[in-house]
Amino acid sequence: MKLSSVLHTSFKKYNLAKLSQILILQLIILYLIPFSAFATSWQEIKKQGKGQTVYWNAWGGSEEINAYINWVGSRVKEEYGVTLKHVKLASTADAVSRVLAEKAAGRTNNGSVDLIWINGENFAKMKENGLLFGPFTKQLPNFKLVDFAGKPTTLLDFHIAVDGYEAPWGMAKFNFVYNSARVTATPDSIPQLLKWAKSNSGRFSYPHVSDFLGSTFLMQALMELADNPQDLGEAVKSDAHFSKVSAPLWSFLEQLHPYLWRKGKSFPASSSVQKQMLNDSELDIALSFNPSATSAAIANGTLPESARTFVLKKGTIGNTHFVAIPFNSGSSQAAMLVADFLMSPEAQMKKQNPKIWGDSTVLSVAKLSAADQQKFKNLPLGVATLPPEKLGPTLPNPHPDWKNRLDAEWERRYGQ
Amino acid sequence: MGATLRSVNYLSVFQRLTQLLLLLPIAAGLLGAFFPAFGYFPEIGGNQLNIDVFRELLKQPALPHSVRLTIFSGITATLISLCFALALAAMFSQVEYSSQSKLKFNRLFLMMRRGLIPLIAVPHAAMALGLVFLIAPSGWLIRWVSFSLMGWDTPPELISVQDPLGLSLIFGLVLKETPYLLLMILAALPQIRAAEYLRIGQSLGYGAFRSWLKLILPQVYPLIRLPVFAVLAFSLSVVDVSLILGPTTPPTLSVLILRWLDNPDLSMRFFASAGAILLLGITLGSLLFWRIAEWFVLNKFRKWLTNGKRGSDNEAATAVFVSGFFLITTAFLSLLALAFWSLSLRWPYPHVLPQTWTFRNWERHWNSLQETAMTTLEVGILTVVLALILVVACLENEQWRRARFSIRSEWLLYLPLLIPQATFLLGVQILAVRFELDGTFLLLVWSHLLFVLPYVFLTLADPWRKLDRRYPIIAQCLGASPLQILFRVKLPLLLKPLLVAAAIGFAVSVAQYLPTIFAGGGRFSTLTTEAVSYAAGADRRVIGVYGFLQALFPWLALLLALSVPRWLYRNRADLS
Repeated sequence: MKLSSVLHTSFKKYNLAKLSQILILQLIILYLIPFSAFATSWQEIKKQGKGQTVYWNAWGGSEEINAYINWVGSRVKEEYGVTLKHVKLASTADAVSRVLAEKAAGRTNNGSVDLIWINGENFAKMKENGLLFGPFTKQLPNFKLVDFAGKPTTLLDFHIAVDGYEAPWGMAKFNFVYNSARVTATPDSIPQLLKWAKSNSGRFSYPHVSDFLGSTFLMQALMELADNPQDLGEAVKSDAHFSKVSAPLWSFLEQLHPYLWRKGKSFPASSSVQKQMLNDSELDIALSFNPSATSAAIANGTLPESARTFVLKKGTIGNTHFVAIPFNSGSSQAAMLVADFLMSPEAQMKKQNPKIWGDSTVLSVAKLSAADQQKFKNLPLGVATLPPEKLGPTLPNPHPDWKNRLDAEWERRYGQ
Repeated sequence: MGATLRSVNYLSVFQRLTQLLLLLPIAAGLLGAFFPAFGYFPEIGGNQLNIDVFRELLKQPALPHSVRLTIFSGITATLISLCFALALAAMFSQVEYSSQSKLKFNRLFLMMRRGLIPLIAVPHAAMALGLVFLIAPSGWLIRWVSFSLMGWDTPPELISVQDPLGLSLIFGLVLKETPYLLLMILAALPQIRAAEYLRIGQSLGYGAFRSWLKLILPQVYPLIRLPVFAVLAFSLSVVDVSLILGPTTPPTLSVLILRWLDNPDLSMRFFASAGAILLLGITLGSLLFWRIAEWFVLNKFRKWLTNGKRGSDNEAATAVFVSGFFLITTAFLSLLALAFWSLSLRWPYPHVLPQTWTFRNWERHWNSLQETAMTTLEVGILTVVLALILVVACLENEQWRRARFSIRSEWLLYLPLLIPQATFLLGVQILAVRFELDGTFLLLVWSHLLFVLPYVFLTLADPWRKLDRRYPIIAQCLGASPLQILFRVKLPLLLKPLLVAAAIGFAVSVAQYLPTIFAGGGRFSTLTTEAVSYAAGADRRVIGVYGFLQALFPWLALLLALSVPRWLYRNRADLS
């Protein structure tokens, strides 16, 4: 605490208001250093965690992911004697709901949820309402392998400081999936996308904004169309400010909607449904939030062999997904062991393999041993995955305030 | 006699127990919905009771349209299902009771009946998912046409599912509710001696269909009013079918509530609760509307009932046959499509059959299936046994002690079917956590009992009450004790409705998703929880596997319920 207050005051002198995001990140990294002294207690955590059962509440809609989680379960059993149970959710909100109910009933230990797959708004709300255990990540040995500099969203989740309350698990980046058997030239900007849609009426759509991918599409479009994209990094200042900044998005959507699937009168209910529609040839271009998922889906048979991906040249939104431990978990030590294992080179490598799942690593490969670096290099890329140099710049998520406002305004305009 | 009467005194305990078992969670659930709806939920910053939430709710842009859609689809689906079920029941009972009928469709009708009844067992979600694949613009039907005739390389731009009026949603509901109402009607028919009335009607020169409408319908309708109300309430608040088949802009109110509950912004939970109270209001309003409409229909047709006009009705028979055939074909093609998906690796448009076949989907899930199936079976059987004991005890209580459930307390039994599950269960969950019951098998069974018991009661109450009073009286005169009468007279006579009630209860238990999630605390996974979480991933192949198994269990139960009495009473013509 001392260190942080010293830093805090010293930064104040240099006018904190103008600190760039990178500087704040460095502050957080500095803040973490003194805690490496906790390494001794890791043994203690291992001892306490042995024999505990971890109920991991994670979205269960994907066979590949479920199979991977199953593998994690067998590995942590071997490694730490921890029993891992995957509670398959249809929506992360179910787990949040349960923790909330437990808090309302005054249950402060032995809660039913030990680990949640989470990010963004769900995390922000749980943190804000004191529903999380921690900070704990600094105690995890593998945490220091994370690529904080190259992947700043591992510390800032939708502009909310993670503060050690969730451990990074994987990286996501917005991209488009298309059927190369039907689309030859792919658009590389939002205006180009509009042009493409106009000449291919009814062959593109985006999910309803109640799905995260639908609202990410709005943010993605606005980031490219806004006069001052920097505005989106901070909370909305006023209604007038919102109308002014978001105006280009609505005029874009007004033009786009008549050329969407069903003329923009209806939208795919979720990103999964949208993917199925690409497979059914009801769409030629769809959205995705994982650049390797398309390769994995082709291998798994849920997308046609001609499916490929593309990104926008000015960059696309990227973020990180995490695991967090609820405040009342009775197996927090074992949950920490699992969270640490998830960040291990072994687990991260397996996860990144498009034949297994294809979810990008949060680690800095340069920090790993030579052998592990080589293994990462040897990972297949997947037939539909763009190599890192072609993935384009990664843009940060706008402030959550924008998401809420954009969703509400979209509902008002198109939701009825 | 004195001893006999004293020995039935303990029965009142069961009635109290049943009421307590249902009312306790309902009260907790309602409070859990009411307080947040009026702005009180301290854990997420609501400290004062007020009506601001409702004021805000009414300002939601999607609300008016959504409410209209909910009411329209709910009432229409119920009305159509009821009409179909009545018409089909008329045909079936006609075929069954008149051995000398000249109807050319006799055999086909019997086959249809055998096909329709098991559809009750198929979970709504599985049927809806199959239906989407059948009728979507890239679906099976279009693939047949496009592959062989039209040569489309992309699906045509049709709005055949998720249409703004909710017609496909209504269609999906009708597919499932018609067989349920049909079974309810067929189960009620013996109680009113339908066969004899039909014979009289026909001997007076009325056509078979006409005599059913004039003589049977007025008698049978009061017996199936509660199932009709349950269907109406269900159609208004259904979540999974609306998600799959309903429109998205806006969706039905129940889906809107789910969206608010799923919203990471916890303050949206106020909306969810207020929406649930609104949905409760809509449900009660619709039930009232239905009751009033019944009265109008009765007044309008009273003259028709007694106008004495005779005539043949082969056209009606043909129409009913065609619609029944249409329903059953659609349902079976939907299920067949799911079965094919479960065996496919890759099945893109416009292929009529999977491009690559595989057993992989089944192999992959085989291990986890065994555990899940066991849990499903255990919960289902235990719940059904408890429900049967409680319901039979309550019904016995009302007969022996003449303490008929007052209308009010009987309606309380149906409350779990009338309140939207999502919000109702949040309150139950808080109570359960307080008493350290969450995540226990006991609570899981209890939460299933909430929904199983009303259906068992619904199915069993009327046959039980309509059982000819003279049988138990004769037995009593011969010196039998109440227990002897129950086991040696009533249960054998009522074996069929008893088993059908058990099968329906089991099907209800198997289908429970939210109660399993809320009460099970993630500790128990059933076929349905797995199926629903895979449905979120929209992978039809896995949905095919789970949907098929989810349907198989209740299907077997129903088969058993229908064939056991037939086998047991194979030498007693009037019982089998």
